[in-house]
Amino acid sequence: MQAQSKTKAANKLDVRKIFSRLGPLLALVVLVILVTIMSPTFVSPANLLNLLRQVSINAVIAFGMTFVILTGGIDLSVGSILALSGAVTASMLTSGFAAPLALAVGLILGAIFGLFNGILIAYGKAAPFIATLATMTIFRGATYVFTNGNPITGAKMNNSFLFQFMGRGYLFGIPFPIIIMIVVYGILFVLLHKTAFGRKTYALGGNETAARIAGVRTKVVTMLIYTISGLMAAIAGIILTSRLSSAQPDAGTTYEMDAIAAVVLGGTSLAGGKGRIFGTLIGALIIGTLNNGMNLLGISSFYQQIVKGIVILIAVLLDRRSSNNG
Amino acid sequence: MKQSFKRFLMVAVIAAAAIFTLTACGNTGLGSSSDSGSKVTKKAPKDLKVGVSLSTLSNPFFVSVQNGIQDLAKKNKTNVQISDAQNDTAKQNNNVEDMIQKKVDVLIINPVDSSAITPAVKDANDAGIPVITVDRSSDGGKVLTLVASNSIKGGQMAAKYLIDKLGKNAKIAELQGIPGASATRERGKGFDAAAKGQLDIVSKQTAGFDRAKGLTVTENILQGNGDIVGIFSQNDEMALGAVQAVKAAGKKITIVGFDGEADGIKAVKAGDMAATVAQKPEEMGRLALQAAYDHFNGKTVKKNIESPLSLVTTEDANK
Repeated sequence: MQAQSKTKAANKLDVRKIFSRLGPLLALVVLVILVTIMSPTFVSPANLLNLLRQVSINAVIAFGMTFVILTGGIDLSVGSILALSGAVTASMLTSGFAAPLALAVGLILGAIFGLFNGILIAYGKAAPFIATLATMTIFRGATYVFTNGNPITGAKMNNSFLFQFMGRGYLFGIPFPIIIMIVVYGILFVLLHKTAFGRKTYALGGNETAARIAGVRTKVVTMLIYTISGLMAAIAGIILTSRLSSAQPDAGTTYEMDAIAAVVLGGTSLAGGKGRIFGTLIGALIIGTLNNGMNLLGISSFYQQIVKGIVILIAVLLDRRSSNNG
Repeated sequence: MKQSFKRFLMVAVIAAAAIFTLTACGNTGLGSSSDSGSKVTKKAPKDLKVGVSLSTLSNPFFVSVQNGIQDLAKKNKTNVQISDAQNDTAKQNNNVEDMIQKKVDVLIINPVDSSAITPAVKDANDAGIPVITVDRSSDGGKVLTLVASNSIKGGQMAAKYLIDKLGKNAKIAELQGIPGASATRERGKGFDAAAKGQLDIVSKQTAGFDRAKGLTVTENILQGNGDIVGIFSQNDEMALGAVQAVKAAGKKITIVGFDGEADGIKAVKAGDMAATVAQKPEEMGRLALQAAYDHFNGKTVKKNIESPLSLVTTEDANK
């Protein structure tokens, strides 16, 4: 491999590029084949839909996280935003507000929480890790205050067809969360790869000073990106609240870690500037396949955590090697 | 840019194709409809595939439930698969759905939260898989039976003990479990009802059934209410945390726990805890699996199976 790439200097970059792009996909394919051999139930259509529905929540959060990480930032507050906006939506429903209004308020709140993160980082010049660590705690605390520590549930909430449909509905036989995931993916894909905003996102992560000199309004872009991340967390919150038919005060705890793992598994560099949203989708699918597959195989949950950690480690080490060589 | 657009198109086409294929056999609406057969096909214990979903295996109590199930299963050569929800409601729903996909014959579920488990129980109902709940119930869906201790009675036992030991109007604190969980509600209900007018509950705080939280919450309570003479903790784990806090503060406080797990009994014997309302978690696990055997043997199973309770005190334990 080494010798080959030396002689074919012209092709070297392409081969590596293709490999690094397709690496996660390859890993997923291998994983799927392995799990299928050990447990044929895995590829039954019912289980695949089940798997995709399980993945949808993490995937939607991770799509938003991809933008954040592409700028070299991080958003630790997504799990708390998920819980708080889910709780607000749930309490509006139980007190009799119309479902479209309750859902809209939940989503708008999520976006506002994200915007708040963005302002702290763009104008407060706070390091993203610290700023979102603080807001993670604040939003979680607010959720406990708002819910009084109790899960929110009620007959009125479960009478709303629209709300129930979000997490438990089927459209043409496909669970609705999967449809949401695909639509969100489509929109964010176009936003990232087809628009000026997407190019600015990459520019910001590559070299912020250069981006600013080139005329990118970095503060606006940063705020928008964290707003997107907050909005995605709120969407995930509505799916989760609907799926559980109750808003749990501790919902979404450690979801930020799963989302970051999906982004990293998908080949996006934590240093920013390099990565693709397609990779994140694959990363989320890898995590979902691991969870679902190991459950089907009856592997103890203690070992499951070790396996997941090792997979993430391998992905990061491979990523480091490829970026060093490049 | 061009390449990525091509890839986007490819993904879109594949997705569209997938949707189209599935449309042919799919339905739209809420949940997939299927009739759950009410007739039971008899199965011997050794032919049963049992899916078990436990709320957490970081709590020795549920490890004991697991042991009870596994011991009985081993004796009868029953195939048992255990999953651990790590106290995460969403994870538990995923675990249960995975086991439904695996087509287990019966599900034994110990819910993290009684309302959040409802959709998973309904999914199991749709798939015609009977559900047995342990320790906590499900708010919705059809459940074959609930195996649990009578928590209200247990709460009363704890209150009576504290009244006898500390006298009327003694100042005490109450450590509450995970908010909304049925064990929290019922233990609290039984205790509060029996303590009304007899004990002075000066502080009620939640410590989430967790030892570390029990420690910090008790530390805080002792800061605010240094004159308490008794603590009722809704489980042993929190009580053991309270023991450490009380020791560190150099106080003598009568602590009553709930569950009777191994560490709790040890602390009662040592005199660190005055008493615990002992459940028999292993028995609980056994009773749950036995209910599954009975169901598949064509017997009718009671809607509620009561698991035994007993008050273990320092005096009794050292006799």
